[in-house]
This record gives sequence, C-alpha cells and structure tokens, in this order.
Amino acid sequence: MIPELGHYALVLALFVALVQSGVPLVGAATGNAAWMGVARPAAIAQMLLVLVAYGALTWAHVVSDFSVTNVVANSHSLKPMLYKVSGVWGNHEGSMMLWIVMLTAFGAAVAVFGRNLPPSLKARVIAVQGMIGVGFLLFILATSNPFIRVFPAPLDGNDLNPLLQDPGLAFHPPFLYAGYVGFSIAFSFAVAALIEGRVDPAWARWVRPWTLAAWSTLTAGIALGSWWAYYELGWGGWWYWDPVENASFMPWLAGTALLHSAIVVEKRDALKTWTILLAIITFSLSLMGTFLVRSGILTSVHAFAVDPARGVFILVLLAIATGGSLLLYSVRAPSLKAGGLFAPISREGSLVLNNLLLSTATATVFIGTLYPLFLDVLKLGKVSVGAPFFNATFVPVAIPMVIAMVVGPFLAWKRGDLPGALTRLWSAAVATVVCVAIAAYITNGGGPLLALVGIALAAWAFFGSLAEFAERIRLFRVPVKDSWNRAAHLPRSAWGMTIAHACLGISIAGMTATSAWQSEVIQAMKPGETAIVGSYSVSFDSIGEVQGQNFRAEQGVFTVTRNGAHIATLTPQRRSYPVTRMTTTEAAIHTTWLSDVYVALGDPTQNGTAWTVRLYHHPMVPWIWLGALGMMMGGLVSLSDRRFRVGAPERRRAASKPAMQPAE
Amino acid sequence: MKALLLAAFLALTPIAAQAVQPDEVLPDPALEGRAREISKDLRCLVCQNQSIDDSNAPLARDLRVLVRERLTAGDSNDQVVHYVTDRYGDYVLLRPPFKATTLFLWIGPFVILAIGAIGTALYLRGRKGAAVAAGGDTAPLTEDERRRLDALLRKEDA
Amino acid sequence: MRRLIFLLPLLLFVGVGVAFFLGFERDPRDIPSALIDKPVPDFALPALAGHKEGLSSPMLKGDVTLVNVFASWCIPCKAEHPVITRLSKELGVTVRGINYKDKTEDAVDWLRRNGDPYASVGADLDGRVSIDWGVYGVPETYLVDRQGRIRFKQVGPLTPQVVEEQLLPMIKHLRAAS
Repeated sequence: MIPELGHYALVLALFVALVQSGVPLVGAATGNAAWMGVARPAAIAQMLLVLVAYGALTWAHVVSDFSVTNVVANSHSLKPMLYKVSGVWGNHEGSMMLWIVMLTAFGAAVAVFGRNLPPSLKARVIAVQGMIGVGFLLFILATSNPFIRVFPAPLDGNDLNPLLQDPGLAFHPPFLYAGYVGFSIAFSFAVAALIEGRVDPAWARWVRPWTLAAWSTLTAGIALGSWWAYYELGWGGWWYWDPVENASFMPWLAGTALLHSAIVVEKRDALKTWTILLAIITFSLSLMGTFLVRSGILTSVHAFAVDPARGVFILVLLAIATGGSLLLYSVRAPSLKAGGLFAPISREGSLVLNNLLLSTATATVFIGTLYPLFLDVLKLGKVSVGAPFFNATFVPVAIPMVIAMVVGPFLAWKRGDLPGALTRLWSAAVATVVCVAIAAYITNGGGPLLALVGIALAAWAFFGSLAEFAERIRLFRVPVKDSWNRAAHLPRSAWGMTIAHACLGISIAGMTATSAWQSEVIQAMKPGETAIVGSYSVSFDSIGEVQGQNFRAEQGVFTVTRNGAHIATLTPQRRSYPVTRMTTTEAAIHTTWLSDVYVALGDPTQNGTAWTVRLYHHPMVPWIWLGALGMMMGGLVSLSDRRFRVGAPERRRAASKPAMQPAE
Repeated sequence: MKALLLAAFLALTPIAAQAVQPDEVLPDPALEGRAREISKDLRCLVCQNQSIDDSNAPLARDLRVLVRERLTAGDSNDQVVHYVTDRYGDYVLLRPPFKATTLFLWIGPFVILAIGAIGTALYLRGRKGAAVAAGGDTAPLTEDERRRLDALLRKEDA
Repeated sequence: MRRLIFLLPLLLFVGVGVAFFLGFERDPRDIPSALIDKPVPDFALPALAGHKEGLSSPMLKGDVTLVNVFASWCIPCKAEHPVITRLSKELGVTVRGINYKDKTEDAVDWLRRNGDPYASVGADLDGRVSIDWGVYGVPETYLVDRQGRIRFKQVGPLTPQVVEEQLLPMIKHLRAAS
C-alpha cells in the first residue's frame, strides 16, 4: 500500500513539474502575475510529493518489505538499521530518488527564500528547475522505478554490498548529491538570466548563496568519500583519479571558479558572459558525472550496475539540458552588455587568473578522464590514463593557483598595487621558509623536491590568508581593541574567505606529507611477534573470532607503543558477510590528529600459523579531511552573511570607512 | 632532470599497496623499490582501474612476480615495462605513452592554458581599447576622488 | 566573429555528446591483442595428463590452428565448449588447448565430462606461458596461420556469430594462402 502511495506521489510530482515548467515561463513572458505566481506553490508541492515518495521507499526498506524489488535487491532483514535507512540511496534507483529530493528541495528553497527576487526572474528560475525535474522524474518512472513489486515476495533480500555498510558511506551520498544537484540552481539562474536578456550585479548576489551552499556540501561530500576510501579499502589511499572521483571533482573545480567569478559580476559588473557560461558548465558537469557513473562507457570501481538503456536516457537529458542551454547562450550572450573596466593587476585580474587556472584544471581532468573513450571511439586504439597523468598535469596548474590565491585579496579593485601587496606578505613568506626548513630538518633532507614545494604552498596558503586577515583588522598597527572591533564587524564573507583559504593550506599540507613521507611495512606475523613502522612498535598479541549483526570476523589484537609508552590497542578485522559472500577489511586506525597509525589484517599464511599484516604510518593525513571540513565551514560562514539573506545589494552605510578595502 | 621529474610524479602518487604479499618482496630493497614503482604504473587488466600494486587479483600477483623476476635478471626499468607492453599493448600503462595518438592528451592541458591566457589578454586589451574608442577619460578615479564620489552618493541617499 | 566564439561551447559539447553516444557500442574492457600479425611466442608446455602431446611453438607451424585457452574453474569456458567442439569435430579445424592455471585432476575430469576436442593440450600450471601470449582472462582463443603468426584473438567465449562472421572466413583465407 505505502509503496503504491509513493509511486502515485512520484507520478503526481511529474505532473506538477510539467506545470511548474510551463506556466511561470509563459507568465514571465507575458507579464501575467498570476501565472508567475504558480511557480512558488508548484515548487513546494513538487518537493512535498517527492518527499512522500522518498519516505515511502525508506519505509519499505526499514520494515524490510521484500515485495518491493528494490528492497529485495539491496537489503536484508539482519542488516543494521542505519544501513537500512542509508541503503535506500546505496543503489541506482534509490540514489536517483535522492537526486530528485535534492533537486526539488533546492527549487522549493528558492521559492520560499527568494522573496526579494524580481517576480519574472524568480518565475523563470523555478520554471527551469521544473524542467530539470521533469527530465529526471521521467527517467525514474521510465527506467529506474524503485516501486516495482515482485510476486511472490522472497523470504529475505540479497543484502547490501558490505563495502557500503559503513557510517562514512552512509553520509557521503547526501552531501555529494546536495552539492551536485545544488549547482542546478546556478544553472537555472543562468538560463533564466539568458531568457531575460539581463545580467546585473543583483543577479550575482542572488546566485552566490546557492552556489556557496552547493559548493560547501560538495566539498564535504568529496572529503567524506576520500576519508571512507582511506579507512575502508585497507591501504590508506585517499584519491585515485578514478573516473567517478573525477566526475565529482570537475563540478567542484568549475564550481569554485563560478564562486569567484560571480564576485566580479557582483562587485564590478564584469565577466558576465563568462560567469553565465560557468554556471551552465558546472551543472552540466554534474549531469555528465551522473551519466558516466551509470552508463557503463567507462570502467570504474564506483560504477553502478551497467544498463545502456539508462545511459541513453541520461545522454538525451544531458543533450537537452546542456545542449539547449548552450544554444541559448550562443544566441543571447553576445547581446549582454559588458561591464566595468579593470587593469590586469587588480582584484578582478587576480580573479580572472583564478578562473583561468581553475578552468584549465577542469579541462585537464576532463581530457584525462574521457581520453580513453575518445580514442576508442575514433578507433585509434586503447590507452589507459591513470594517476601518473593527472599528477603530472594537475599539479603544475595548482601551484600558481595557490600562490595567486594568497596575493589576490591584497589587490584593490580596478587597479592594484602588486609590489605593495607582496610587501605586505613578508610575514607569510618568512613563515613559509621556516616551515620548509622545519620539514626538511625533520625528514632529514625532505625527500623529493616536490614534497617541499607542497609544504611551501601549504604554509603560504595558511599564513598568507592569516596575513590578509591581519591586514584587514590592522593588527599591530592600531590598538588591539580596535583590531578586535574591526574583526567583529567584518562581514561574514570575509571571515569565510579567510577560513576557507587557510584550510586549503591545511589540506595541502596533509596531502603532501602523507604522499611523501609515509611508512609502510608488510610482513607475515605470528601472534607474539613485533614489527616497527615509523617510530612506532606494533606487536601482534592475539587473534580470534567475533560475531557481528550480519557478519563473522577474524579479529586481531595489536598493541602500539612508542619508546616503550603504550599508545593504543588496535583491533583490525577481516569480515565475512554470508549473504553476499563477500569479505571486507576493517583496518584499525589510531589517530593523533597529527598522523595516523594504521593496521590492516590480511590473509592467513604459512598454513594458518601467521597472518599477512600491513602496518602504515601516515603523517598528517587527518589534516586532509580537517582542512576540507574547514573549507566547508568557511563556505557556510560566508553563506550566513546577512547581505545574502536580505537579497538585494544594500547601499553601503556611513559606518564603513572609505579608506578600508571593500569588504567581501 | 627526467629522473627528478619522475621521482616527483611518483612522490605524489599515493604510495600504497594492499596487495603485495610478504613472499613477493625482494630481498634487495633497491630492486624492491624499483619493482614497486614499476608496478604502480602498470594496470591490473582484470580490475576496474587499479594498478597491479594495488590489486589482489591473481593476474596482478602474477605480473608483480614477473616484474620482480625481470628486475632480478638484470633488466632496466624500461626493459621491464617493454616486456609487459610487448605482450599486452599500451593499455597496460597507467601513465599513457607519449605518441602521436596521445599528443593531445599530454599537450592539451598546456595548450588550453595558453589559449586561455591569450584569450584573456586579448579580452583585457580589447576592453580597454573599446573604452578609449568610446571616448572619454578612462583613467580610474584616484582614492581621493573615489572618496568624494562615495560621500556625494551617500548624501544623495540620505 | 564574436558570435562564433559564443558558439564554441555548444560545438564542443556536440562533439563530446557524439563521442558518448558512440561509446555505447564500445566495450571499455575489451583490449586488442598486441600480438596480432606477430609470431607466436617461443614456448613449450608439457602435455596434460592423458594426452600424447603438449603444446610448443614449432607445433603451430604448417597448419592453420586455433589455440584455445581454457580452465576447468572457468564457467564461460564451459559455455563456449560446444562451439569449440563443433569447430574441431564438424568443421575440421585443428584446435589445440592451453590449460590455464588448473589442477591436473580437475582438468582431466572436465574434459572427460564435457568432451575433448583438442588435438593436444599443454598444461600451463603457473600461467607464465599464457602471459607471453598476452592472456588476461579465460577463455581466450587465438587463430594462428601456417607460418606460426597470430592473426586473430577472441577475448571471452567464442560465439556462433563470431565463428560464422569472422573466424571461418579467416580460416578459409589463411588455408588458401600458402
């Protein structure tokens, strides 16, 4: 009964979406206020209907209703409740439901919170959202219906892939999808602006909060995925340049560029056509990611079950959405009026440089990911493009980008003073040199040159961001109380920028350190033996069997000591899930927040008397995800800036001193 | 220089192997190091996007053992890699070779950067030119003038 | 001119879209052989128990031969076995086998149960010879011409369609050539 309700709700949502796509659009073109007014209730209704459908599907999973095919294929009565709930999005059909939940939620949010938007723009934005909704609802109902029943209902299900039964993976998709799908708003705004034929600073200010929200959640989503891979896959890798990882990274790169170029539109009314293009491209990359993961044309460890029929449908969606918007762009963009002028060395100039480098990075990842396909289609042979390629081409672009990221905020709008800016960064430069020296000293020579470059970059990003903040509050140049006052009155977006940029430095430090200075020991150990990894001593105490809710595991007990002092007792497991007949490794990690000691239990060897044990020391690896978390917080802090909630740009009040740099 | 770059690229590759078994490890650490480096660049053909260093598939293990045998027999790194590509083709290389068909792959990013940079420069110059052509003084306001303008505008608001 | 620049993103997208569409017909896991038109690798495999002859490179000269890599633990091998048998018994093609990483008793048993169409079978216990052939899974099948050169490779089970459309014409052509 309830799955049927969910099914009906989904179909109703489709009809609402159809109305939402057409009526407000016609209303905006004809100036009919009533028709434009349909947008708000339609968007809210669509979201509610989709939530009902999603709720129905979740209910079916939670009560283990095995008459629903989706539940049979992906669940089991013994599966822990957390995974019954999160398993809803752990398969193709359910994840598409999550997609549409996010899409309609964002659409409804614009309807409810976009009170200050001009009616015609609002109507058009919501209409475009509706069109995307129509596409995906059709896709779900036609090819990926989660409510299909099976008769007779089997006694139990096939269980969820054990790799997905993990807290990290429980939270990774919602954040990821909120990010991916959140960029649809920027897309809708861009298309609406093209239809209107007008892009002004107000548009940029309206777009920014949605883009920030999407960017922040995508950052968290990618970081969660990386962290999960690190502790689950058994050897401490955190990024593989796998096509599906790249599919999430490309929208992130483009979204970062969008975030920054929108600032120029808002402050200086320039770079309009470029920003519109970026908004279209960012969401198109999200769509392309959805396509790549589900179509089977690329090999990936992440790929969902392959079904060419679904692939064709998404390709058609992609063609209509991206092709249509780019066509509109080619027709309308030339007539958008150009905006303010600026010198190459200026705040705008540095943001242009940021965009140039980020776009190149996006294009690089794009080329590398799709090259095997392009070559194969042209029948020019088969090549593999793996991590070595991306490391060689991405890093050279990232280095100048991070350097410029620190200098840019010091430059004034319209015409900046580069020597002056660099002079004010002397403290950051000194700190960078000190950090590199410390790193080289600790590691006795520092290892590869690129590792020290990485540390330099991280320090530059971190201390440079702090230097800029100190400059803004005139630290050490006015009494501390005044600096404190300035800091308290700085707009939140300034805080957000400083936090995000500084935390990027923290992440870079983590990435560099763990890549360059990791220690690894792989050996067969018998209970009672001890191994040394890094400066830690790990002794294998015992091994036994434990029983979990839906698995059996071999569990080893290891004691970690350092210079004789007890650090931790670790219990890595090798789990067997009887229903899916799969085994997973659950590594045991002790984190000091400065580094990780990582122990993974392998196969028994030497006729069962010994076990292959992998021991790792990962220096500064937690900083990767702490930095990413910080970047997300920075984004959210910026998002909470009051100016965004008010909506329209406010005239600057007399409180702001003219001598101060324009706040972000 | 090439060795430095190679070392640099490899340094940034996540150094990890779930798969190397203790009985495969060569006694000579230098040879073992080379074996690991080579393995990281060889694709596991029966996996979805893993190197033979990372994969615990039987074929990956066979190839890992093969790489170590060739190294112990005295082959150079290049010779070992050629041994494998002679049998499996270029697809087995995770670092795509630099050939005519992969030219765009390797050069593409830098070409795009160059095109972008040139485009940006032209855009900036064109805009300045257009402003001059439109007549009028395009020199930006000085700090002082801007302050006065701000003050005037604010007075208008009040 | 300016308008053309704005058209560029759309044109690039159309190119990408076409590539995606064509991509549906390509299997990303299918790797072409690096040994096509090259001589078979130098090798000698002992005979599988119960067979007079094993398999070695000299044996593959003089006649057009189909070399089939199989194993008892491989399920698709069982599926393609009738096709191989038909080629050998009805169509008179010389078929020789490489038994890949198998236990002797299991392989002998498997052949007894499913039929033995092979003129000879070489036992590749550790899979090293197969690596020389560029084998990365089972089953795989190679067509070798009179001069001992590899002319065709099938990855995965042989289907009647591949046999009709590609293999038989090629065998006919190679036999006609001296």
